[in-house]
Amino acid sequence: MTVSALLPDLVEISLRSLAVSGMAAIIAALIGMPFGAWLALTRFRGRRAAIAVLNALMGLPPVVVGLALYLLLSRSGPFGVLGLLYTPTAMIIAQVVIVTPLVASLAHQVLRDLWAEYHDLLLSLNARKGQRMRILLWDARRALLTTGLAGFGRALGEVGAILIVGGNIDHLTRVLTTAITLETSKGNLALAIGLGLILIAMSILVSLSVHLLSRTERASRW
Amino acid sequence: MVSLLPLTVEGAEVRRRGRRLLGPVNLTLTGPGITVVVGPNGAGKSTLLRLLHGLERPRRGRVSWSCSAEDARNGQAMVLQRPVLLRRSVGENLTLPLTLAGRTDAEAVARVARLLGLEDSLDQPAHLLSGGEAQRLSLGRAFLQDHEVLFLDEPTSHLDRAMTQMVEHHLASIAATTRIVMATHSLRQARALADDVIFVEGGQVHAPVQTERFFNAPAPEAARAFLEDFT
Repeated sequence: MTVSALLPDLVEISLRSLAVSGMAAIIAALIGMPFGAWLALTRFRGRRAAIAVLNALMGLPPVVVGLALYLLLSRSGPFGVLGLLYTPTAMIIAQVVIVTPLVASLAHQVLRDLWAEYHDLLLSLNARKGQRMRILLWDARRALLTTGLAGFGRALGEVGAILIVGGNIDHLTRVLTTAITLETSKGNLALAIGLGLILIAMSILVSLSVHLLSRTERASRW
Repeated sequence: MVSLLPLTVEGAEVRRRGRRLLGPVNLTLTGPGITVVVGPNGAGKSTLLRLLHGLERPRRGRVSWSCSAEDARNGQAMVLQRPVLLRRSVGENLTLPLTLAGRTDAEAVARVARLLGLEDSLDQPAHLLSGGEAQRLSLGRAFLQDHEVLFLDEPTSHLDRAMTQMVEHHLASIAATTRIVMATHSLRQARALADDVIFVEGGQVHAPVQTERFFNAPAPEAARAFLEDFT
C-alpha cells in the first residue's frame, strides 16, 4: 500500500487521537483543577488520607479502568442503555477517569504552595472561599496550563482502557495507540513504527509546549 | 455602622506543636487611638497582632469583638510584617480589597497611590518592587479598606526617613477615628505616636500603660532592661 493511499487514514486517526485526548484533558482539567484548589484550601478530617488516595489514583492501571467502564457501559451494565460502548465518548470517559487524578494531584501541589504564600493576605482581606479559589487558579494559570498539558500527554499515550471500551473500530474509534497495537499484532511492523513516530512527534510537540511555557514562566515569573 | 470595639481578650493562648508561643493574654482595647507593641525580637509581638486580627486561633481563651464575626472581619485591616504580593500588577494588588468587596473607587486609589509614591508603578508587575515599595503597597492596601481597627506589624521597617514620617503623619491623622495597634522596633516612633504601650517579652503580654509612664517609669524589670538596651 502506498503512502498516499494511507495518508487519509493516518490523518483521520491522528486527528481522532488529538480530539479524544484533547477533550479528555480539557474535561479532566475542568474537574481536577477546581478539586485540587478546593483540597488546597479546605481543612477537614481525613484530608491527608484523601490526598494520599488521590496520589495513589495517579497510578490507576488503565486496563482495570477499561474493564470497570466496560462492565458499566456494556449492554447488561447499569449505563448500557446509553449505548456508549465502542464510541469515542466511551474512550473520552476512560481517559478522563485516568487523567483526572493526575491533574488534580499536580494542581493541588501547585495551589497548596501558592495558598501558603497568599494565606495571610486573603484571610486578612476576608476573601470568601470562592474568591480565594478564583485568585489561586488565576495566579497559578501558567503552572496549571503545564499541568493540563501533562494530562494531555498522559491521555495521548494511553492504550489499555480505550482499547477495551473503544474496540479499535476502523473509522470510528481507532486512534494512534490502538492502531499501533493492531498493526503490530498483524505483523505490519513498518506501519506500526510509522504510527509510533507520529505519536512520538505529537508527544514531543506537547513536551515542547510545556518547555516553552515553563521558560515563559521563568522569564517573566508571571 | 456597628462598632467593633471594645475588643476583649480573655486568657487567650497561642500554641504551636505543644509549645506556648503567647499568652495567656488578657486585654481590652477601646475607642480610637494608637497602641504600640514593643519588645525584643521573637517576643511575640507579631503573634499578638495575628491573634487579635484572627490569623491565629487561640488554643485556650477567646478573642471577642462587640459585634458579629462577619462585621468584625470586615471592619479591620492589617499590614503584615512581610508584604504578600499577588502575582499581578501593582495596581491590581493595591485595589485588591476593593475588588474583593465588589467596589471601585478610582479617586481613592489615585489618592493612596500618590500618598505612597506608587502612582508611576501601577502597571508594572508587583514582583519588581523593592522591599520598601512592597511595604508601601501593603500600607496602601490597608488604607483603602474601610476599617475601624488597623493592625500594623512593623509597617515602616523598610521605609526611608521621609516616607516613614509621611506614614506616621497619616497614622496620626486617622488615629482620631481609628484604633491602631502597631508593633515596632522604633522607640522614637513609639514615643512619638503611641497613646499607650504594650510590652511583650517571652510570650508574656503586659497590660497597656500610658506612653509617658512606660518611658519614664518602665515596669516590669524586663521592660526597664529592654529600654536600657536601646539607650
